[in-house]
Amino acid sequence: MIAPLIEQSGGWVASFSGLLQYLLWPLQFGIVRDLVGLGALMGLFNLIPIYTIWWERKVAGRIQSRLGPMRVGGWHGWSQSLADGIKLLLKEDLIPEDADAVLFRLAPYLAIIPSALAFVALPFGATYVFRELDVALIFTLGVLGIEVIGVILAGWASNNKWSVYGAMREACQMVSYEIPMGMALLVPIVTVGSLSLRRIGDVQSDGWFSWLAFSSPFALVAFVSYFIASLASCKRAPFDLPEAESELVAGFHTEYSGIRWSFFFFAEYAAMFVVSGLAVILFLGAWNSPLPSSWAASVSDSLGGGVFARGVNGLLFAGPIWFVAKCVFFLYVQIWLRWTLPRIRIDQVLYGCVQVLLPLTMVLLLGNTMWVWASTSGDSSWATFARASNWVVGGIGAIFALMFPAIAAYGFYHRRRLVGNLVVDALPGS
Amino acid sequence: MSSDAINAAAPGGLLEFFLFNAVAGGVVLSALGVCIAKNIVRMAVWLFVGLGSVAMLYFLLAANFLGAIQLIIYAGGTLVLLVFGVMLTSKSPWVRFDTPKLELIAAAVVCLALLVSLCVVLARTVWFGVETIVPGATVAAFGERLLTTYLVPFEVAGVLLMIVMVGAAHLARQEE
Repeated sequence: MIAPLIEQSGGWVASFSGLLQYLLWPLQFGIVRDLVGLGALMGLFNLIPIYTIWWERKVAGRIQSRLGPMRVGGWHGWSQSLADGIKLLLKEDLIPEDADAVLFRLAPYLAIIPSALAFVALPFGATYVFRELDVALIFTLGVLGIEVIGVILAGWASNNKWSVYGAMREACQMVSYEIPMGMALLVPIVTVGSLSLRRIGDVQSDGWFSWLAFSSPFALVAFVSYFIASLASCKRAPFDLPEAESELVAGFHTEYSGIRWSFFFFAEYAAMFVVSGLAVILFLGAWNSPLPSSWAASVSDSLGGGVFARGVNGLLFAGPIWFVAKCVFFLYVQIWLRWTLPRIRIDQVLYGCVQVLLPLTMVLLLGNTMWVWASTSGDSSWATFARASNWVVGGIGAIFALMFPAIAAYGFYHRRRLVGNLVVDALPGS
Repeated sequence: MSSDAINAAAPGGLLEFFLFNAVAGGVVLSALGVCIAKNIVRMAVWLFVGLGSVAMLYFLLAANFLGAIQLIIYAGGTLVLLVFGVMLTSKSPWVRFDTPKLELIAAAVVCLALLVSLCVVLARTVWFGVETIVPGATVAAFGERLLTTYLVPFEVAGVLLMIVMVGAAHLARQEE
């Protein structure tokens, strides 16, 4: 009775053997698979903020010659965020007397639900995506854009002038930085000719030099512009004016406490992951490794082509592990920028957007469009030039990519000179 | 996930019927909310619910591009500007909004005319026997049409928006 049902599933359940086949057979129903996928997404959506917050505190500690959380859970305080979560759940839930109670309660959900929705169309691998949309990029940008409404309402409903200042800063910062962000993202889209994140990821499977950031000199600059604009849209330092602790107390979430307060942070850290994911998919090879995937067949053949060979290919060439690793690296960059750079003033934020980033991304878009147009003309001397520029830009990218481990190794080697013996002797693992 | 699985999850039967009615009801309710709410920020929130529900309707009808554009332009752009403007211009945090009687009557006349014309269109349209089309990827077709068949309207719309922007900047600078 089960066999024909397994047949219907498109054969992939049948590719497993024995008992596993019977355990997997409910998965042939679309709705069961959707529920499993949703559960996985929600789990990820919870895990990312919990561990990014822990990591942020660890990195902040090390940058300031401290240890960061060390006690809760044993190894380097790994369960600090879980303990904080339990504390926040049990904390007294305060709503100011003069606040607009309905909007005050509603605002955290308007911030957290869009950032959870952003994961719906985000592909973690060529086949690891909950819903593959042909407009996945616009959808993700759209839902990230409505997250700001939650923040604005939170600031306004608190009926606190610092909160309203924070909300207004968030509004003008978000609305202005969305434009250079979208313009910078148009650069790789023009090169590929598609809005589907899956398709954009697939064209970059040919190794390091096929990554879109190196497709033209404009694309590399567009990547940097996008990264700066995405910092502003996630309200990360140096653009964290909406919460600016030293001037606005805590900005839009001054009046919030308990679990509602933590919702804003879930939204912020999940959005950080999503904007890193967009940067990785659109510029840096998506789920592909720096090795060209054309080598995958020979590796697979030499290993016998079984499940083991598929696993090796997933590690070496293309798989969700590469996507997550690249995203985690950019989360790390966002964290270390926050603890390195000072916060800039609101007029500097707007100057940077309207007078620097916006004209720059316009020039980049125009230049890249001309570049693509020249490349489609089929002129052989242009093809040679484009190839040479691809090698040069890819080489610059490779130098930058190798600089990170080199500087980290230098810092690790000279760690005693950097922070002093007293601190180092107390640092575990040094 | 393959497209087969997506089709299996949304068979277009009872589930779609239920979702369509729920979302359409949400649109109507939030539109009423915009009219009934007295506080201007509450109105904006109702408007947000309405715009979001319309985007959901688009997604439900497999018009992904329209849905995403609805989210990015109306829900994410226009509404944020609206709330921002309200917060900048309102002196007191609780802006009350009372409609004068005359405006109420004028609005009622306009709404009645709209209702009648919509009912006429509803009655005249042949609803059954319409071909069911499940569109695939529409973005490429959209882009091609916009830059070939409909190039002139597209450019005219672009020039119009440009004029609006220049005019707005001019008005804003005149205060100095």
